[in-house]
Amino acid sequence: MSDKDTVEVAAATPEVTQPYKELGLTDDEYQKIRGVLGRRPTAAELALYSVMWSEHCSYKSSKVHLRNLAPDADQSRYLLAGIGANAGVVDIGQGYAVTFKIESHNHPSFVEPHQGAATGIGGIVRDILAMGARPIAVMDALRFGAADAHDTARVLPGVVSGISFYGNCLGLPNIGGELAFDPCYVGNPLVNALCVGLMRHDDLKSAVATGPGNKVVLFGSRTGPDGVGGASVLASATFGEDGGKAAKRPSVQVGDPFMEKLLVECCLELYAADIIEGIQDLGAAGVACATTELAAGGDGGMSVDMDTIPLRDPNLTPAEILMSESQERMMAVVRPEHVDAFMAICRKWDVEATVIGEVTDDDTLTMKWRGATVVQIPPRTAADGPVYRRPLARPENLDALQASGPERLARPAEGPGLRAALLQLLGSPGLADKRWVTQQYDSRVRGNTVLAAPEDGALVRVGEETGLGIALATDGNGRYCTLDPYRGTQLALAEAYRNVAMTGAVPVAVTNCLNFGSPEDPAVMWQLAEAVRGLADGCKALGLPVTGGNVSLYNQTGATAIHPTPVIGVLGVHDDVRQRLAAGFAADGAEVVLLGRTSPEFGGSAWAGVVHQHLGGLPPAVDLDAERQLAIVVNAAAAAGLLASAHDLSDGGLAIALAEACLYGGRGCAVALPGDSFTALFSESAARALVSVVPGREREFAALAAEHGVPATVLGVTTGDTLTVEGAFQVPLTELEQVWTGTLPAIFG
Amino acid sequence: MGQISQVHFVDVRIGVVTFPGSLDDTDAARAVRYAGAEPVRLWHADRDLRGVDAVILPGGFSYGDYLRCGAIARFSPVMGELVPAAQAGLPVLGICNGFQILCEAHLLPGALTRNAGLRFIHADVRLTVTNAQTAWSSAYRAGQALTVPIKNGEGAFVADEATLDELERTGRVVVRYTDGALNGSSRDIAGICNEAGNVVGLMPHPEHAIDPLTGPSADGLGFFTSIVGALTGAGA
Repeated sequence: MSDKDTVEVAAATPEVTQPYKELGLTDDEYQKIRGVLGRRPTAAELALYSVMWSEHCSYKSSKVHLRNLAPDADQSRYLLAGIGANAGVVDIGQGYAVTFKIESHNHPSFVEPHQGAATGIGGIVRDILAMGARPIAVMDALRFGAADAHDTARVLPGVVSGISFYGNCLGLPNIGGELAFDPCYVGNPLVNALCVGLMRHDDLKSAVATGPGNKVVLFGSRTGPDGVGGASVLASATFGEDGGKAAKRPSVQVGDPFMEKLLVECCLELYAADIIEGIQDLGAAGVACATTELAAGGDGGMSVDMDTIPLRDPNLTPAEILMSESQERMMAVVRPEHVDAFMAICRKWDVEATVIGEVTDDDTLTMKWRGATVVQIPPRTAADGPVYRRPLARPENLDALQASGPERLARPAEGPGLRAALLQLLGSPGLADKRWVTQQYDSRVRGNTVLAAPEDGALVRVGEETGLGIALATDGNGRYCTLDPYRGTQLALAEAYRNVAMTGAVPVAVTNCLNFGSPEDPAVMWQLAEAVRGLADGCKALGLPVTGGNVSLYNQTGATAIHPTPVIGVLGVHDDVRQRLAAGFAADGAEVVLLGRTSPEFGGSAWAGVVHQHLGGLPPAVDLDAERQLAIVVNAAAAAGLLASAHDLSDGGLAIALAEACLYGGRGCAVALPGDSFTALFSESAARALVSVVPGREREFAALAAEHGVPATVLGVTTGDTLTVEGAFQVPLTELEQVWTGTLPAIFG
Repeated sequence: MGQISQVHFVDVRIGVVTFPGSLDDTDAARAVRYAGAEPVRLWHADRDLRGVDAVILPGGFSYGDYLRCGAIARFSPVMGELVPAAQAGLPVLGICNGFQILCEAHLLPGALTRNAGLRFIHADVRLTVTNAQTAWSSAYRAGQALTVPIKNGEGAFVADEATLDELERTGRVVVRYTDGALNGSSRDIAGICNEAGNVVGLMPHPEHAIDPLTGPSADGLGFFTSIVGALTGAGA
């Protein structure tokens, strides 16, 4: 039927039954489409609306909440382009601007881990490229089921090999990210990819099709049958109880990083030649999305001749062509007089490019196929999509969960017990050495990586002469967010902010990837609303704009949703990367100082989770003013050369921070703990950091901390090759190393 | 890419070839600048070496390396010029993918195959310089220890036993992995040269070890100052 389903036929046959439910549309949505068009949609139009109105593309369930993230004037001072554009653009000074965004590829990565994760990188890189920026680095925030779960052995190595394959071949340094394990992710792993790009201020590009008569050019890979319906049937639905992997595998895209590399260089040369009016990457919903968004963003319409679209499979129907998510494709709007020059640059890079249509002045998106019109729609109706105000309800079990705090859990009080708890945490998969993963990534290519994993924040040099650089970190904690999504999201924001500050950079902007269960569950929607509210309030308090983000819903299998997992990315500006701080103890005889206040806070902590498999109570308190002061102190101290190292305290508290500082720096320390030893070691109070002071600068540093009201407790000194906690225990570095490095290789080979 | 002001260029021009899929070309060019020479960008499709004094084939995934690493790059127009020039004595350094291309082009013996363990490996490794006589290693002394990154998926050097014996007997192993080869290279070989010593292939990436700010050390810079010295008569 679809072969002959033209606009004329559709108008004449209103009674035809259409497969809108299989395409993920509801009865109401289907009727709304019929209302917009004044007839039933053609098969191609139905395909187009189904992907454009999918949760993944339209944000129909989250939009009403995301509006809260729009920055106010005070937060916008660094902003050149904000939400709505493909990614926000941030002014970092010296004429440079940076754009960064994080996006999920969760569902494809479960179905086909290698290609799912690979194309996640490809997609976010094209997003950044479409802003006019050169992509300069990527990061990955990964969450899997229990490390020893059967399916994790399939998913994790596949995801890592996919990121390694695609990112390494594309030539972008992978500078960090996260690796976390929790049984809640076993059927719904989270694969969030971040890309950051660099441009000069005046290079900013927009995704609009303006100027009637201008040509629409599709370039890059040919369109094939891969990833058809990826946005709708895959990313916007839950997996059934059986997991549903095999049936959905054809909806996963297949990546070609070599083509992406050519596309990147080709686009950058096109930008430099200044011959593009508008540009859009092809990601979710492929040609359907690119044409409607370009047309909707412009001042007219667009006509497309689908017969000119280069295909890998000539048997594709118009609907499949529109829905295909074949990778490594871009769409540009080019003035007729520039088409020859455009084609010449594409030829130089061996990139296939085809004029497939032109901008029109009739406010209509028209597509012809084999001589007949198969699409004729007002593009804004597809691009804007429905907006739902879904019901919210605080989860019924939340009171009970918060009431069952960690107070009753057995705590070690003496040295041997504290030592054992430290080693148990250090060897747990979420806190163990992650080199099994990060060794498969090239973090050095392009030669500007100053700090990469496992450092708190990654740091990339931008100005070779001036030392200007950018810092990045992502953080999320599903356990905290389960206990309190508002506070948990602010803790994720605070941790990413703190991680960026630890490098000596000033945090300037925020992005986010909101991973949640089904929006059709009121409890999940409540978690989402609370998380967004927490993020909005947190960003206001810190004076940071949210420059963009991504929402991934339906991360649930059957009735079981993942922990609510907002992943927050923070970007910082470093005035001079030569003054960077790293987490490891870098010098002997340096005073070891704990910054911040410690309270007995164990709800959702790594200790409760690893030692007792417990999740309950409330997460640590948030004090964003304290975070701000801490960042100011570390920043000023880094600039003045007062510090030898700086490491933030987070999962596992001071115990893990001390162990990591020793391991990263290859030297031990001798410290004495203030107050209750267990609380001092394992509490996860926020707004804290572990620093070591350059010998001779102790008084200056103490004065600086005091000036900003940041409590600074001298714990001891770096020395020897043993982690010594006076009066409690000693661990030789070799033992720490053994425990820390052994875990992941033992599980994954 | 801006030039650093404190470096004074001597009259040495070193070509850096960009194939489609070359990735470390910018880094190789930066290392050339750090060594005080002028980097000259060469394009795979041009049958033209632009009169350079030496050539670097950088790391990356030329043509995607979907066939065998370097197997397609070997047939590119620029290689049509480079192969006879190298045979006539032009100094050529191949790094990682460049090493693979030199083997495919038969300018160096042996081949690079999948790593032991079959995974991509990026790690800082210790190297020992075993031949400090080549055009690209004369700034070092034999036995010198270097810390330089490796990052490869197909970095295991293999050759038949007779070739390996010959390489060792004639001193054509330029650098070895000090602590054993993570990638499974035969006899821990990390880099070799041709008989004349003007063509060198390295699996490790010295261009990523030219500044402790961005690499594990500045130990790799010597490969680049070696060639500048050799070409100006100041080194060696």
